[in-house]
Amino acid sequence: MEHSSFSTRRRLRIGLLRALMGVATALTAALVLFLIVYVLTKGLANITWELLSTKPSYLRNRIGILPDILNTLYVIVATLAIVLPLGVGAAIYLTEYASNKKLVAVIEYAAETLSGIPSIIYGLVGMLCFCQFFGLQTSLLAGSLTLVIVNLPTIMRTVQESLKTVPQSYREGAFGLGAGKWRVIRTVVLPGCVDGVITGCILSIGRILGESAALLFTAGFAHALNGFFEGLKSAGSTLTVALYMYAKVQGEFDVAFAIAAILMLLTILINTTATLVARYFRRNKQL
Amino acid sequence: MKKRRLFETAMHGLFLLLGLIAVGFVLLITVYLIVSGIPAIRRIGLIRFLFGTKWASTAAEPSFGILPFILTSVYGTAGAVLIGVPIGFLTAVYLSKVANAKVRAIMENAVSLLAGIPSVVYGLVGMLVLVPGIRKLFGVPDGSSLLAAIIVLSVMILPSIIKVSMAALDAVPKEYEDASLALGATPIETYFRVSVPAAKSGIAAAVVLGVGRAIGEAMAVMMVSGNVPNMPSMFESVRFLTTAVASEMAYSSGLQQQALFSIALVLFLFIMLINACLNFFLKRNKEG
Repeated sequence: MEHSSFSTRRRLRIGLLRALMGVATALTAALVLFLIVYVLTKGLANITWELLSTKPSYLRNRIGILPDILNTLYVIVATLAIVLPLGVGAAIYLTEYASNKKLVAVIEYAAETLSGIPSIIYGLVGMLCFCQFFGLQTSLLAGSLTLVIVNLPTIMRTVQESLKTVPQSYREGAFGLGAGKWRVIRTVVLPGCVDGVITGCILSIGRILGESAALLFTAGFAHALNGFFEGLKSAGSTLTVALYMYAKVQGEFDVAFAIAAILMLLTILINTTATLVARYFRRNKQL
Repeated sequence: MKKRRLFETAMHGLFLLLGLIAVGFVLLITVYLIVSGIPAIRRIGLIRFLFGTKWASTAAEPSFGILPFILTSVYGTAGAVLIGVPIGFLTAVYLSKVANAKVRAIMENAVSLLAGIPSVVYGLVGMLVLVPGIRKLFGVPDGSSLLAAIIVLSVMILPSIIKVSMAALDAVPKEYEDASLALGATPIETYFRVSVPAAKSGIAAAVVLGVGRAIGEAMAVMMVSGNVPNMPSMFESVRFLTTAVASEMAYSSGLQQQALFSIALVLFLFIMLINACLNFFLKRNKEG
């Protein structure tokens, strides 16, 4: 025995804690494994080319998720196009310009607050503000604008983090050569935050892909096949919202599982990419 | 030269504006929720709204009491914390202190995946695995219940609890543990008697973060809880604050819709309270 000289009680307690830790970890691992295997086995079989390449048609009694796939892409593109300049700008202000510590604290507190607000509240405010007040109606654009607020803290944080790793001496060097503040930012600081932007994009894509509550009342749940700009103006469901509608409202569990399997694969893909990208940038920074 | 200075000032102003945008969004959300949430509370009466036990928004004589929703959210969150925190905490201690590098790397990826899975997927699996399971196991007519929601929520808060606790445990200075080991404590005793108390603010922050996640989750809960405005009971269909907003929003109007905004305001106040707690613990974690 490892601790043969210990009292029985002490030995029991150590053994119990060790066992509990093992059980908890095994439980977590089993849970993840179960979720992956269950969703993929139930879903992959239902993914057909027809499902992926058509839109739903009552006449032919057919369900297709092509519109939902396209809508998801449109929302991702539109959201990133708007949130990137805002988030990068905010991060640059915080690391390069801001000298007032109180103001920085207020901004960072606001960003933290934003990341803690549940998506259903974003959905509600998005509906009131973008759909009704700005008159965008229920549309992908209104949904994207809502997701801009959701993703702003993520972009701000990742870009800020990457800006902190740009050596101060680079900036001083550029200033010393007579460059103005903006020129320093454009030529020295901005190139240094590429990794933050990319990481932020990956994280945001993951969040947008998984978002449903914030989109339900802002982007709606239509399944029309549209081009990009037409699509932004009209209502449409993303993959997650479509999953919800098919499972909860229409009881089409085969389709719901097919979408769930697609989402699961995409989540795994995004997580792997994020890990690889982080490793790549870390290695480059060290050189 | 003057032109250049003007340009720099303009750029400074532009970036200041971008920096303030997060503050603007928070104000926007707060103002919208307060402005749209207050009218219904005024018409219904604060006490009758918060402590009324009957929600019948579409009845001929509508009644807007949200106590069932508040209690369901509180019980649901408490239940999820009771199940999720011990599992998450023990997993975090194991991964941070005991596990070898390989196990740790694999599990970290697994936990990230758990965090990334969309909530509707949790809802779908809950609908088809948990709900029938609860119906059979406990012999109740409908498995859509508070219990199903609690189980789904406890899984959904696991990643936040594990990740934040691990970060706190990783940050405990090695000297503390070495000292304890040198005094004759075994490694396991050291982890639980020295490392965990040293990381307690961070672990508290993890729990609070989990509470925030649980109370704010809407879609997964909507799919497994049955969505009937009952007072909370383990095996009955219930409605949460979040799902109360989501389930009637599509077809509501007038006072009914305003009451939904008021529910959102109540939920928002809960979240702000939780955020304040979270910040308190995070700050203490940084200092201590």
